[in-house]
Parts: sequence; C-alpha cells; structure tokens
Amino acid sequence: MSVDGVGGIGDGTRRAGGRGAAGIERPSLAWRAWRGLTRNIVTFYAALALLYLFLPVFVVVLFSFNDNVGRFNFAWQGFTLKSWLNPCGVMGLCPAMVRSLQIAALSTIVATALGTMIAFALVRHRYRGRSATSTMIFLPMATPEIVLGSSLLALFLNLGIATGFGTILIGHILFNISYVVITVRARLQGMDATLEQAAMDLYADEVATFRRVTLPLVMPGIISAALLAFALSFDDFIVANFNAGTTVTFPMFVWGAAQRGVPPQINVMGSVMFLVALVAMVVGGVLQRVRR
Amino acid sequence: MSTDPSQGPAEVRLVDLTKRFGGAGRRAGDDGVVAVDGVSFTIPAGGFFAMLGPSGCGKTTTLRMIAGLEDPTSGSILLGDDDITHRRPYRRPVNTVFQNYALFPHLTISENVAFGLRRTRADDIEARVAEMLELVELAALGSRRPSQLSGGQQQRVALARALVNRPRVLLLDEPLGALDLKLRRAMQLELKRIQDEVGITFVHVTHDQEEAMTMADSIAVMRGGRVEQLADPVELYERPATAFVANFLGQSNLLEGTVEERAGEHAVVAVGDRRLRVPSDRLPPDGGARLSVGVRPEKLELLLPGAAPAAASDNELDGVLLDSSFTGVSTQHSVRLPWGQEIAVFTQNRGPSIAAGPGDAVRVRWEARHTFAVPIDATVVTDPLLEDAAEVEVPR
Amino acid sequence: MSAAAVLAPRRRLVPYLLLLPGMLWLAVFFVLPLLTLATTSLQEGSISQGFELTWRIANYSDAFVAYRDQLVRSFRYAAVATVLALAISYPLAYAIAFRAGRWRNLMLLLIVAPFFTSFLVRTLAWKIILADNGGVVSFLRTIGILGSDGRVLATSIAVVAGLTYNFLPFMTLPIYASLERLDPRLIEAAQDLYANPVTAFLRVTFPLSLPGVVGGTLLTFIPAAGDFINVRFLGTPAQSMVGNVIESRFLVALDYPTAAALSLTLMLAILLLVTTYVRRVGTDELL
Repeated sequence: MSVDGVGGIGDGTRRAGGRGAAGIERPSLAWRAWRGLTRNIVTFYAALALLYLFLPVFVVVLFSFNDNVGRFNFAWQGFTLKSWLNPCGVMGLCPAMVRSLQIAALSTIVATALGTMIAFALVRHRYRGRSATSTMIFLPMATPEIVLGSSLLALFLNLGIATGFGTILIGHILFNISYVVITVRARLQGMDATLEQAAMDLYADEVATFRRVTLPLVMPGIISAALLAFALSFDDFIVANFNAGTTVTFPMFVWGAAQRGVPPQINVMGSVMFLVALVAMVVGGVLQRVRR
Repeated sequence: MSTDPSQGPAEVRLVDLTKRFGGAGRRAGDDGVVAVDGVSFTIPAGGFFAMLGPSGCGKTTTLRMIAGLEDPTSGSILLGDDDITHRRPYRRPVNTVFQNYALFPHLTISENVAFGLRRTRADDIEARVAEMLELVELAALGSRRPSQLSGGQQQRVALARALVNRPRVLLLDEPLGALDLKLRRAMQLELKRIQDEVGITFVHVTHDQEEAMTMADSIAVMRGGRVEQLADPVELYERPATAFVANFLGQSNLLEGTVEERAGEHAVVAVGDRRLRVPSDRLPPDGGARLSVGVRPEKLELLLPGAAPAAASDNELDGVLLDSSFTGVSTQHSVRLPWGQEIAVFTQNRGPSIAAGPGDAVRVRWEARHTFAVPIDATVVTDPLLEDAAEVEVPR
Repeated sequence: MSAAAVLAPRRRLVPYLLLLPGMLWLAVFFVLPLLTLATTSLQEGSISQGFELTWRIANYSDAFVAYRDQLVRSFRYAAVATVLALAISYPLAYAIAFRAGRWRNLMLLLIVAPFFTSFLVRTLAWKIILADNGGVVSFLRTIGILGSDGRVLATSIAVVAGLTYNFLPFMTLPIYASLERLDPRLIEAAQDLYANPVTAFLRVTFPLSLPGVVGGTLLTFIPAAGDFINVRFLGTPAQSMVGNVIESRFLVALDYPTAAALSLTLMLAILLLVTTYVRRVGTDELL
C-alpha cells in the first residue's frame, strides 16, 4: 500500500471521501473530480516522461530497418531487413565493436577488483586519512569527462607514451573505479555488521568469515558494480576520443560516421545492445526472485 | 584444541577488567568513555548467571569482551584456568546469541545451525543439527531461510546455532528484547529449562529485572561500568547493598536518617521524629552516621490511627493517605509522611480494604526484620512509584 | 563496533594494503594528469616549434577573453538542461516510488534500458526526430510555435533538448532512491497535523528528498557543462560550448596550452559551483 502526499492513499485502497457511511459530509463533485485528477496527474505525467525516454530508442530501432538510399539514414525510405542480415557490412564497424567489448571487459575486471578493495577499506576499517581518500575517490565523478580525457592526453604526451588501446583502457579503469566504490560501498553499508561477528563467534577465522559470509552477501553489489562499469566503459566516447591514437572504438566509429554518413548497421548495433541489456536485466531480476 | 567442548561447563573469572572507548589522546582532556571500569567477579560454572543494569552500564561490553568481540583495555579474562583475554573469538569455546539474532540471510536454517560445526568436518554434523532443532522445536523448518521465520522462531534458531557447538559458556545478549510479552515469558522458562538440561554456563545480559530474577541463579547488578552488587535474586531483593540496587530491583521506600545506637540485635535510626529499628547486620559496612533506611512497599501494613499498638519489633510511621490504585493483584497506596516525603504501600487484595480515603490520617507498620539500610545516594531518585527511573544521572 | 576493531599490529596494515592499488591508480592517472594539465597550461609555443614551460599565466586570461562566450554558454545550457531534467525526472521518480507498486522494478528497468543504446546513437536519433521535415517540426509549425520555415535543429533548443535527454537516468535514480527511503508514516503524521496533499509534499516529502535532488542535479550538470557531442550533432558552431573548443584546440589545432587552460578553468569553475551549491543546500553526506 503506498501512502504519499498527493492524492492520498494509492494502490487501490478506496476511501469514501473522508467520513464513511455515517455520512456527515459527502464530497462535492468538484472535489472528487479534483481528487481524481490530482491522484492521476502524476501517473499521467510519468507515462509521458517514459514515452519521451523511449522515443529515440524507438527511432533507433525503426531506422535499423530503413531501406536507405546512399550513405545517409535520415529519411524513411522503406522497410528492409538488409542491414540486419548484413550487420558487419560496413567496413570497420565490427572491429570497432570488438575493440569496445575487449576494453570494456578488461576495464571492468580491473576496476571492479580495485574498487571493491577500496570499498572494503572505507567501510570496514578505520584508518587515518579516511576522509581524504574518500574525497580523492569521488573527485573523478565530479570532473567532466573532457577534463579527465584531456588531462590523460596531456600526461601521455608529456611522457611520450603513444596513445592507443592501452591508454583508452587506463582511462576507463580510472573513472570506473569511483563508480565501483560507490556501488559496493552502498551494499556493504547495508549489510548487517553483526553477521561477521557471529561468524567469528562460530569459529570462522577472518579468511573463512570473508569467504563464507561477507563475500556471498556483497556479491550482488559487486555484480551491479561490474555491470555498471561495463556499460560505462562500452559507451564512453570522450575519454576514448582523446586517448585512442589510431584505435577505433564503437562510439568513435559512430562519431566518425556522423560526418561520413551513418549506415543503418549502426542502428542495428544499437538495437542489439538495447535488447541484450534488457534481456540481461530481466533475467537477472527473475533469478533474484527465484533465489528468494 | 581449546575449543574442545568435552571439558564441560567452565567458570569465567574477570580480573580488573576495563574497557575504554575513544580518547586516543588526540585532543587534550579527551579521555574517552570508560564503559567497563575495573570489574572483577567470578561466574560459577554450570549455572545461569545474569548481568543486569540500565543501558550504558557496561553489561553488554563486558559480555562482548568475554566473547572476544571487544578487546579489553586492561585486565584479564580466565576461562577455567585458561587466560583468554586476547584470544580471537574463533579460538574461544564460547558462543553468543546476539540481540538481533544475526542469522545468515543467505543460508538455510540448517546451514545456519551447522555453521560452527563445519570447521570440525565431523561425520555427524547433520545428526547433531537435527537433534538441536528438535530441542528448540523447529525440526520441520530446516530448509527455510531466516526471513521466512517469525521473531520468536529466529531467536530459537540463534540459540540452536550457538548450543550445537557445545560451548563451555553460552553468552546471551538481551536475546528476548524483541519479543512480545507473552512470548518473552515463555522463552524465559524455555531458556531456563534448556540450561538445566544442557548444564553449561549461561551468561545472560538484560535490563529487565524481572527477567533476571526469574531466570538467574546469581545476578551482577551493574551501573556506570561497575558492579553494584553480585548475589542470588533473593539476597539482592531482600538485602540490597546500595540505593541503586534497592530501586532497580522492584521498588523501595528509602528514608534518610541518622544512626543513634548500634549495639545489640537491632540498630536504631532516627528518621524524622521516629526511631526505626534496623537489623544490625544490615547496616552498610562503611559505618557512616547517615544512611537511608529502606523497606519494600509490599512489606508494609496500612492501618488506621486507632489500631492496636505495635509489637516491640515493629517499625511504625504516621502519615496522610494520598490515593489508592487498584491493580488487580494488589492495591497501591501513596502515603505522605510528615516531612513531605511520599512512600508507597502495596496491600494484597485479600479482604475488605482499609476504610480510609484520600486525606485521611493513616499509620504504616512493618516488621523490623524486613528493614534494610543502604548508603545515601543522591543520584538515585527516591520516588518509589517511578518504575524505571532508577537513577537521575550517573556522574562520571 | 566490528570485529575489525580488534587490532593486532599486523592487522593495522590491512586497510592500507586494500587501498594501495586503487589509490595508486588514481594518483598516477588522475592527480598526475591534472598536474600535467596545469603545467601544460602554463607553456608557450606550437607543435612545430615545441612547447616550453614559461609559466605564462596570461594563457588563462587570453583563453578566457577569446572563449568567454562559450564558457558562459556552457554553463547556461547546462543549467537549463538540469532544470528541465529535474522537472521531467522528479514526477517520474515520484510515480515509481509511490504509485508503481508491483511494477516498481520493471519501471526502473525501463528507465535505465534506453541508455544501453549508445549515447551517440541516441543523439543521432534526435537528429532524425527533430529533422526539418519530420513530424515534430511539422507539428510545431502547424500550431504556430515555429514560423513557417522555422527549424529546431541547428538551434540552441535542439542542443539543450539533447543535453536534457541524455542524463535523465542520472537525475531520476538518485531522486527515486531518496523518495523510496521515505517513511510513509511521516506523510501520515503530516496529514494528521492538518496538512493538505500539496503542503505535505512541500514541507515533508520534498525536503526529505533533497539529498537525491542534489545528487541528481550534480550528476546532470557536471557532464552537461563539459559536453560537446550534442552541439556537434544537433547544433552549429554558433552554439559551441567550451567542450567543443577544448576538443578542437587539443585535437585539431594542437594548441595544447590554451586547451589545457580552458580545461582547468572548466574544472575549477565546476568545483567551485559544486561546493557552494552543496554547502548551501546543506547535504554534505550525499555520496
């Protein structure tokens, strides 16, 4: 049952307008109309917002089926499956996808490991300089990506390091660490601290306690963090753009294509990513409910 | 192996145990909080021991130090002959039932109970788990998860999980706090029964004096990090050593007075314009001239001024009846004494009530043997009708 | 107090060991680059002749004078986009927190899902949606908001619209998290104390959701201020933001000192704004 300020009690609980069957006052029609409107206006508004959210996605998916003429894909010509049947038909697209996946996978693994360790230190231990390290970890999140990307480039230029796959990876790991720390930290903080004490009371030493109690309970947080890191890395354009050298990631490919002409295969890739993500999240949600 | 249970129940000895929190000396004058202050006592093996006191008195901290979950600042803890003061919790043959149960949410009930046994790799783990679940009457729920159980059931799982390891001492940290009254009463008897059956030393921490008195063989009453008195329930109740204990356990009337005579079987203490007789062996050991004379409300008899005179061994006071409340089992009266102090009188409802109403003069009488005496303590609220206000403020 | 507080000397090292790898990474790849950026911003020269550290602070004033429009515009666009995003996201977050019931998780999924389509691909989609001969523009022309040959693309409206859209989940999710934590009995208490729904919202719900609002606005404003993609796809050089300038100075003109100076200016300006904002709103512990 949801209770909130606007519109009173939601979720189907009916109230006969305040006074009940004893009927001291019956609400006027105007009052009831107002209640009906305000009760639903938020929902109506929210539905509009959702529509707004999905509009571009809808367009992306739609135009992946566009039977476009020439290099551009802005005007609807007709329905075809040709782009879906030939997704790698555009030169450089699939290699760029692969690059992006590789970088995302690697940066996720490293960032999740480093970030999880930091989160544990922050939550479960007291040490000097805690607030200082805390600030330093969250500073990258407060920094626009363009500053992150350009400062990394400045570093590599000054050190004479050639930009490419490795430098993109470095940049992605960097900003992912902060997001991983936030996600895992939230999960750790929500965990009952007495559980670890109970484990030790029951003869599990530190290692065994971590393995049998702490890790299983934090795992959902670590997995969320990993997924978030993967998504952020895969979708990153700005940091990659500054530090890629001759390497091309998928977002960089799209950027270049916007000048040359955007083939529908890009829409195909976008649609696929959307569907994969959707399916993964639904499956994840179902699995969670089954475990209960 | 020091966690070998076959050695049976153990005696726990605390020697000058102290725990200080904070105050790492970072700021001048920051001494931190002393939660436990030089506490020394012995918990007898195989009995049901309680640590009782208001919140912040140090009972839980003491318990956690015995469990190994807090590191003492100084002092030592001995289990039998074993000095376990700085040993890690997983190396002590001691198990804890936590206040919030701390059941592992990702494991089933059976797996929770088996947790501590996993280290032994014994063949009969499953059998022992089943046996323990039977003992706490949860045999059918082994494959459920903690979130699917009620509060009372979770509490029993926590107990089973601790007991199955056959520890030498079982520690219980206010385990009944979250249960409703009826269930709590039932569990108190349950725990007592289990302790009798299993025979290991139980150490129970609580702030509920009725609970402690019902269950424990001996009780340490704590306040401000120190032990006020350690004794069995009857002794604590009938012969409290301090005003705090007198007020914390049940209710007491405390009357300040001056000792006039000490010789003989009874001492004589002047209270107001009366002379009250106090058994000589009840006088506080400090031998001071001023003290508080105490008597429990249920020991008092309420009479009209014209009643038959008192026996030589009785104490008597005159006052004015303020009001009477019928509480079913008893009637609770409030009487004002000539110098303004109010005392409580509890009379059992066994016959017609006294023919006096508010404002009438009454007489209060009791047998001298029911009198006790404690040092005067200004920090203890002397209004006997305030149930939980056992203290105004504890000076540090 | 956790068992970790029972410290033996060896164990005191544990937190430092845990922190070391990650913090080292941050030190080398975040702090050091910023310092490098700072030194670069004080250099002079060109790519052909080489750059020399001459501590030329004038780089900053030169850059500020030359690109003041872009700087101001960036903050203006980011501010407008943030306000719009808040207006769109708050009711959405509210609806999910209080009206969704069983559909709550599905709704959250639906908010996040569109953002798995690549950022750039989505922005390109807006290019299609706001195209001159597309439905949206035609509709706006018909009802008279736009002139008969008015455009949306290549105007600041398109850029701000793109900016607003792109960071919606970052605004919605923190607000949702704050609202979800709200104890419904607080609202009941307000109603018991004669508050009508609007008053209850303004005096109870909204203030308690403030940490989420602050978090969301920060997560929107900061990336929006530094963005350059929306301008490139949906606007023209007339709408260029400081991000575009930095990008072109760095990667095209190879004028590293100016680019670095602008970059740092952007960062410091944002830091300043963020700290003032957070302190004014009074929620220090938002992360």
